Amino acid sequence: MNQHFFSDMGVMLGRSMRHIFRSLDTIITVTIMPIAMMLLFVYVFGGAIRSGTDHYVNYLLPGILLMAIASGIAYTSYRLFMDMQRGIFERFHSMPIAPSTPLWGHVLTSLVSNTISVIVIILVALLMGFRSPAGVWSWLAVAGILALFTLALTWIAAIAGLSAKTVDGAGAFAYPLIFLPFVSSAFVPTESMPPVVRAFAEHQPVTSIVETIRALLSNRPVGSEIWVALAWCVGVILVAYFFAMKVYKNRV
Amino acid sequence: MEKVIEVKGLQKSYKNLHVLKGVDFEVEKGCIFALLGSNGAGKTTIVKILTTLLKQDSGTARVNGFDVAANPDAVRGSISLTGQFAAVDEILTGRENLVMIARLRHLEAPRRVAEDLLNRFGLAEAADRRVSTYSGGMRRRLDIAMSLAGKPQLIFLDEPTAGLDPEGRLEVWKTVEELANQGTTVFLTTQYLEEAEQLADRIAILHEGRIIVSGTLAELKKLFPPVKVEYVKKQPSLEEIFLAIIGKKEQKVL
Repeated sequence: MNQHFFSDMGVMLGRSMRHIFRSLDTIITVTIMPIAMMLLFVYVFGGAIRSGTDHYVNYLLPGILLMAIASGIAYTSYRLFMDMQRGIFERFHSMPIAPSTPLWGHVLTSLVSNTISVIVIILVALLMGFRSPAGVWSWLAVAGILALFTLALTWIAAIAGLSAKTVDGAGAFAYPLIFLPFVSSAFVPTESMPPVVRAFAEHQPVTSIVETIRALLSNRPVGSEIWVALAWCVGVILVAYFFAMKVYKNRV
Repeated sequence: MEKVIEVKGLQKSYKNLHVLKGVDFEVEKGCIFALLGSNGAGKTTIVKILTTLLKQDSGTARVNGFDVAANPDAVRGSISLTGQFAAVDEILTGRENLVMIARLRHLEAPRRVAEDLLNRFGLAEAADRRVSTYSGGMRRRLDIAMSLAGKPQLIFLDEPTAGLDPEGRLEVWKTVEELANQGTTVFLTTQYLEEAEQLADRIAILHEGRIIVSGTLAELKKLFPPVKVEYVKKQPSLEEIFLAIIGKKEQKVL
């Protein structure tokens, strides 16, 4: 690692943040789907769902945030793919900067842009009646978990973006991730599901993450779910990071 | 003369394809060196090895005195690459592209460096427009300008005029000549004989994985039988007609 690593990364971050702000449609696309889902579930289906909370939006929000992040990282994959296609990565790699700097720049950008869409969605949820008694520490814990979740998915996105053959391929991997919250406790309690689906729902990462965030936001004790959630996030980060770096080294 | 590139016995294969079968050549400081070869001859492979993007299977290559395999960081610090596809960021403006590269090269006053290069490459007017609105020739010029941030001693241009219209090609030729006049060593690859003839001090021809001949244009010409003098009425080429009509002929590099 060389002495300029962090300033170089700042330059890379500045570059891709310009990309994001110059194509605002990406932020709109990323946030509009989860917001539409939130409106649909709260005002159309919500009346029929017994979630056990006073406001269904309080129950729903964590799942919606995860969904937004899952659709946000599709753009990370897309931007990475485009950089590989054009000559710009080659230029960076022939320059005296650490070879992983361009990749880290994209990861950092993913964190920042997903933070923006998460904030936008929370603001919309507030307008829809979302309220939380959570204090600063709980919010910070929520932010931390969301950041880890974003990192985990971003590294998966990096693998997809680096190994894709076409633009469509670079984004397609995100769909199963976007739909993962449906088969979890994000929208309805798992008790209402048939046994096989329920078994899947209760053991996939989204449920533990959703439950943890929900507990934090409603000031209930988080219990052991938080450890399961953290283990999932950190585990996926390590594995995906390892493979992404491997693909990256092969490609450049 | 000081040698800036020394290549000995360079070999490289991709799976079953033996692209380079022992390439040897040297490039002297301050000259324009053209590597000539047909498509797929391995020109880009050589450029990639010399710019540390690719590792050779065997043989040695030294760039500015540094071994490319043993000391890639030192090589990267002393060269600049303009690859086959314009390595510019289309969403950024021309100025932002240059500032970005100047920052990554850790230059002092990146904005001033950018400003100077924009003026020098005739891009001042378009400086604050997104690169996606640039013509092919402008993009290439920006591309080369980006390679010059930080005044590298040696610049690699991989097929700098591929895909450009005649006007764009002349713009690039002019730029390359100006570079050489200022003492930068230029290593360029091309498949256009005319381009090598027009620009290069020394030419090497890469064919079937080896350099089959190298030397100055005059030396290469000596390899052929003396020119037979014939009188032919010269017809203007379509290119000359085209350039005369659009009034760009005065820019032609001579």
